[in-house]
Amino acid sequence: MPERAATTIDGARHRLAEVGAGAALTELLAGFITELRAAGLPVSLTENLDAMAAVQHIPLEDRDAFKYALAATLVKNAAHWRVFETVFEVYFSLRGREFALTDEQMAELPDLDDLLGELAEQQQGERGAGGTGEQLTPEELAEMLYKALAQGNEAMLKALARQAVRRYAGMEPGRPVGGTYYLYRTLRNLDLDGVLDRLMQQARDEASQALTPLEERLERDEYEARIDQLRKEIEAEIRRRLVADRGVEAMARTLRKPLPEDVDFMHASREEMASLRKAIYPLTRKLAVRLARKRRHGRKGPLDFRSTMRHSLSSGGVPVDPQFRYPRPSKPEIFVVADISGSVAAFARFTLHLVYAISHQFSKVRSFVFIDGIDEVTRMFEGVEDIADAVHRVNTEADVVWVDGHSDYGHAFEVFWQRWGKEVGPKTTLLLLGDARNNYHASQSWVVKEMQHRARHVYWLNPEPRSYWDTGDSIIGEYTTFCDGVFECRNLRQLERFVDNLV
Amino acid sequence: MTEAYRFESVAAVRESLGKVDYLADEGIAGVVYLADRLGKPVLVEGPAGTGKTQLAKSVAEITGARLIRLQCYEGLDESKALYEWNYKKQLLRIQAERNEGTTWEELEDDIFSEEFLLTRPLLEAIRADQPVVLLIDEVDRVEVETEALLLEILSDYQVSIPELGTVRATQVPLVFLTSNNTRELSEALKRRCLFLHVDYPDLEREREIVLAKVPGITESLADQVARIVRSIRQLELKKPPSVSESIDWARTLLLLGVDQVDAATATGTANILLKYQSDIAKATKEFEQDTALAGGEAAGAGAGAAAGVAKPWQRNA
Repeated sequence: MPERAATTIDGARHRLAEVGAGAALTELLAGFITELRAAGLPVSLTENLDAMAAVQHIPLEDRDAFKYALAATLVKNAAHWRVFETVFEVYFSLRGREFALTDEQMAELPDLDDLLGELAEQQQGERGAGGTGEQLTPEELAEMLYKALAQGNEAMLKALARQAVRRYAGMEPGRPVGGTYYLYRTLRNLDLDGVLDRLMQQARDEASQALTPLEERLERDEYEARIDQLRKEIEAEIRRRLVADRGVEAMARTLRKPLPEDVDFMHASREEMASLRKAIYPLTRKLAVRLARKRRHGRKGPLDFRSTMRHSLSSGGVPVDPQFRYPRPSKPEIFVVADISGSVAAFARFTLHLVYAISHQFSKVRSFVFIDGIDEVTRMFEGVEDIADAVHRVNTEADVVWVDGHSDYGHAFEVFWQRWGKEVGPKTTLLLLGDARNNYHASQSWVVKEMQHRARHVYWLNPEPRSYWDTGDSIIGEYTTFCDGVFECRNLRQLERFVDNLV
Repeated sequence: MTEAYRFESVAAVRESLGKVDYLADEGIAGVVYLADRLGKPVLVEGPAGTGKTQLAKSVAEITGARLIRLQCYEGLDESKALYEWNYKKQLLRIQAERNEGTTWEELEDDIFSEEFLLTRPLLEAIRADQPVVLLIDEVDRVEVETEALLLEILSDYQVSIPELGTVRATQVPLVFLTSNNTRELSEALKRRCLFLHVDYPDLEREREIVLAKVPGITESLADQVARIVRSIRQLELKKPPSVSESIDWARTLLLLGVDQVDAATATGTANILLKYQSDIAKATKEFEQDTALAGGEAAGAGAGAAAGVAKPWQRNA
């Protein structure tokens, strides 16, 4: 296969070269696709070829079209779009200009600076002074920024973003600092919160009568969107400069973001958490579909003689339609016992979403949460439409603190066994979720042993990296002995794999 | 399969789509253009009500092609999607031939001929002489196994019928598959398609869509509709309002003779925008909170409504 593949890729490259794209582009594309793969996107060979075919039909100087052409052929999952975009920005923000942008667009960038200078002159002209963007005082820059935001002038915002980065970020070549550091420095100097307040004040002053709450909200949304736009421009500018300084490959490596399915639960940002939540529902649906299919298509049962004879009556006693006894898989009962203490808070919130999702898919799901006390929260998920509400209720109403609100797995398990142990039966699958960091309390691992005796399966999902297990106050090892399986569950991919095995 | 391309350039696609009141953004127009150039199907994915199906219809309209639609559902099979032998007619034929002494081979050739073939949408799209746009709607509803039915058509534009041979397309149809992403589609299917994710439009595009789709609406009302809808989409809802719902809402407001939307009107008609009771309650609560806050502090409501909510640009700071 590699032989043939190589020739086809080469073929595509040749064709590209004929169109006049030049070797630079093909090289760049190859590097680009390698980087996408390194970031985890599953780019197949045919997709690679498609991308090369696609760019032949696109005028290369049209950067947006170029981007969409690559996206349509290479990215087949909307959740991967962000990763693609970052890599694209890195690869084609700077080097792009060498081959893709026409002279006209090259000239556009200095134009922006001119524009800035002009504006500055305008402003200073009022006071009879002259100058360019470089000589603006910080106050003047802030004033222009404010005006640009008030008017929603995109060209000006772009120019100001460049100016602000140049001035405030304090970027020095070769300095090994992340982009967020520069971003922070720039934003700190711009005081966007203050600007928003001022914009809102002006909107209020300009209105002929007092703004209604609704109008106020709409104005605020509008300005927030513009400020967000500015922030993106600043980010892009910083990235451009970093790429210029460090080179494409190095930047691509440092900026590489995990795909949503690889995001660590424990360190997920707000946005990542939101996209994770969205991803849970397809996962549970998949689970349910697979369960249902198992029930429907299980064709391995033995011949059902009675039923076959009964059916043969319609064909005069000839058994043309053999009937089988289909296996009826028992519907699993699932008990989820989750740690919701601070150390695993992010994971816990995610777990609660998962519990909510599966409680709608499985016939019987009971959920328990603990810190050092334990409480059943099944009813809080029942008939609730809004998961956020349910999670909020769990976090506020559940009675999970016994002494000091530090995780005590031993005590929680003991109480669980006393109060609900009798309800664990041979159909039950127990899912224990937590990092097993017990604050040096007694482990009471005999409870887990009892559980294993009585329940069908006992599984433990641990959100910590495997290398941290049994370090410090983690006592996962003591419990492992009595579990049917202990799994590292740090991201969606691992969770999915576990769910696959479970069904 | 060489033929003239349907579209001149990305801009041309966008323009002609605009003429039939489909306001495409750069990405949508670009992918449609590429689909034509590369002769590949387009997999359109995105939330419900963002104009995925409408895109296929509009493309059919601008190219003057016939639209053939296959609505997918759970349990869809070959006989509903591809073709089926008209066995009643075959039986009749056999009965009629019984007395004429034809041999079995002759008869077999006869009853498995085109005359007895019932074409279903996929085969019909392949066999059509005129230009065709094939729309395979909500492809995520069929089972993974059924997806395989589509693969031959999507990659080679042909259908193999064991008794007849392979039917090849005389012209390459434009194929659109839509998906609401309720499940992950198979890799094989995705690989054969260009991928287009259609999301909620930005403010300007939404305003233009409302203006185009709701005749008689004023610019200021369309603007308000677009802005309020954007505001509502920022709440964490079960089902954020889609474009078709904002169009419906704009129509309602127009019929009610509203030209200035205030909070009371917005909450009063929220049931058109939002389809879940919990969502409506949430939006209403949110707007009422605004009112309460504004009542409390008449001037300088700087902290205002978004007090507890992190502003978008503060996320990583």
